[in-house]
Amino acid sequence: MDFLSYFISGISLGSIYAIIALGYTMVYGIAKMLNFAHGDVIMVGGYMSFMATTNFGWPPLLSVLFAMVVCTVLGILIEQLAYKPLRAAPSLAVLITAIGVSYFLQNAALLIWSANPKSFSSIVPFDSLRLFGGKLIISGTTIVTIIVCIVIISALNTIVNKTKVGKAMRAVSEDKDAAQLMGVSVNKTISITFAIGSALAAIAGVLLCSAYPILMPTTGAMPGIKAFTAAVFGGIGSIPGAFLGGILLGIIEILGKAYVSTQLSDAIVFAVLIIILLVKPTGLLGKKVLVKV
Amino acid sequence: MRRLRLRPSTDNLLTYGLVIVAYIVIRILIASGNISSALQGQLVPITAYIVMAISLNLTVGVLGELSLGHAGFMSVGAFTGVITATLLSTFADTTSLEWLSLALGMPWLRLALAMLFGGTMAGIFGFLIGVPVLRLHGDYLAIVTLAFGEIIKNVMNVIYIGCDANGILRISAVSANDLQLSEGGKIILSGPMGAIGITKISSFTAGFILILITLFVVLNLINSRAGRAIKAVRDDKIAAESVGISTWRYRMMAFVTSATLAGAAGALYALNYSTVVARKFDFNTSILILVFVVLGGMGNIRGSIIAATVLTVLPEVLRAFNEVRMLAYAVILILVMLIRNNSTLRRLFRRNGRNGAMRKKNLLNGGKGDEA
Repeated sequence: MDFLSYFISGISLGSIYAIIALGYTMVYGIAKMLNFAHGDVIMVGGYMSFMATTNFGWPPLLSVLFAMVVCTVLGILIEQLAYKPLRAAPSLAVLITAIGVSYFLQNAALLIWSANPKSFSSIVPFDSLRLFGGKLIISGTTIVTIIVCIVIISALNTIVNKTKVGKAMRAVSEDKDAAQLMGVSVNKTISITFAIGSALAAIAGVLLCSAYPILMPTTGAMPGIKAFTAAVFGGIGSIPGAFLGGILLGIIEILGKAYVSTQLSDAIVFAVLIIILLVKPTGLLGKKVLVKV
Repeated sequence: MRRLRLRPSTDNLLTYGLVIVAYIVIRILIASGNISSALQGQLVPITAYIVMAISLNLTVGVLGELSLGHAGFMSVGAFTGVITATLLSTFADTTSLEWLSLALGMPWLRLALAMLFGGTMAGIFGFLIGVPVLRLHGDYLAIVTLAFGEIIKNVMNVIYIGCDANGILRISAVSANDLQLSEGGKIILSGPMGAIGITKISSFTAGFILILITLFVVLNLINSRAGRAIKAVRDDKIAAESVGISTWRYRMMAFVTSATLAGAAGALYALNYSTVVARKFDFNTSILILVFVVLGGMGNIRGSIIAATVLTVLPEVLRAFNEVRMLAYAVILILVMLIRNNSTLRRLFRRNGRNGAMRKKNLLNGGKGDEA
């Protein structure tokens, strides 16, 4: 029964990673850049929801919506100001700029909200679920996290595969120049991708802070790196890959923490990643790219 | 401003000259008391960061692969260096040979040996990690170096190492008590508390000498047959392979050299403090050094030196702004990247910069031409 409960909290943590990883993987697939500031957008989302509930006294659902709106605007703003001027620049220059944006967000948060950790109260109003005569307790947050993740993945899959915007996204990710010639607005598509990714980051931020209720300017950094790992794990650029990678990473981390060592759980996660990449060099669901001479 | 084009040998002499002149100027400033104590405390870390930046430039600029775990090698070197220095001073106390005791009593010899062993150990790790890492390419290679860096940090965080009065090492992964040290024993590495009670033996001069050695190794490697082979592999792996260059060998050569130098820098860095924790050598440190390399210009060794110095001193200079200084640092970082890489902005800032800019762009691209 212990194992089952660890397993379920692993899926729950993995769902959060998966939602963050989606942001990484979509931006990578379409703009071909590693957006290292993504983790800090999560943190901003957490603070927004925190402010909405404690300072303004708004209901939880409204606070999530508020966080999503702010993060979407923030995401588009970052893209327009910092990344768009570098569309033609080498990828490493964009990477360093993304790191600069990440420093900026962290230090801005430090100035606004100070380094003192804020204790975040879960926005999920449900009680824990007790199964098998109270032997298995699943918290409301866990259930909501998993459901939200499934809803997001299905919605995103529909958007990407069934709508016109999704078609544009796939076209841009396949070949930017050809898409432009076919009348797809590349800049608009990239902006939309950033908007979706940032809105997802806001949701992930709220869920993360509900499960681990400590909010600091550096809250988003480590989950950001882990989610990036999850995206690579599943094959970066692939939406089902991000989902699979996130869930697996969460399960491995929680089981490692429970059965091997609390301090070494991160090391285990990264060791599994290395092994997977050695067997499948482009991740679990990644496409193999042939190099033409 | 027109860009100077120099022959490689002249260009290298300019780099050596820059370092030597900077050293002499700082020495004079120290002697005349014109340097703040905060800045003086930064001198050894700056030299360590310069060596880190040059060595990472070998991987990122010359080999053309992005490494996000360079601090891991620094960590290996740092803790090996601390253990070596502690063992040597224990040895100096216990040995019956008077000349050996006298020799090991000299801090600079202990420091030199610590850097040597730190570098060697990091080099061995570089080889072991290089075997799997160099099978991959691009972003996947980058994420695996990140993973190794995090693994090294986490493992270092749970290891306890001590030496007893006779200088015999004991290692445990449980607790400091588990080491069962007898009286006169000393705990060197204490898990999450890090290495404690280090005798500070690093000096600015030692850092300066390490920079010169690093420059000698890296510049000679770049301008040698092997260096040209490494660059050929970077520019086009398949073409290099088809003319008989062993890609595995030359990629490994660059990677191991880079790791070794980072290990020596780690030993220098750690022996400058009385305590060093494994968390210091985390992802953020790797990124910090990567920022030095990219801002200085990929493959440009002199640029790495200048960028490492300026960016380490910058937060000190910005101290006047106190709270907003890290914010200002971030803004400066973003602006510099934008100005250097956006053609419209660049034209605003540099009237006649077209040729130089094109050349720089090619360098930043790792010579791969325009990818956009």
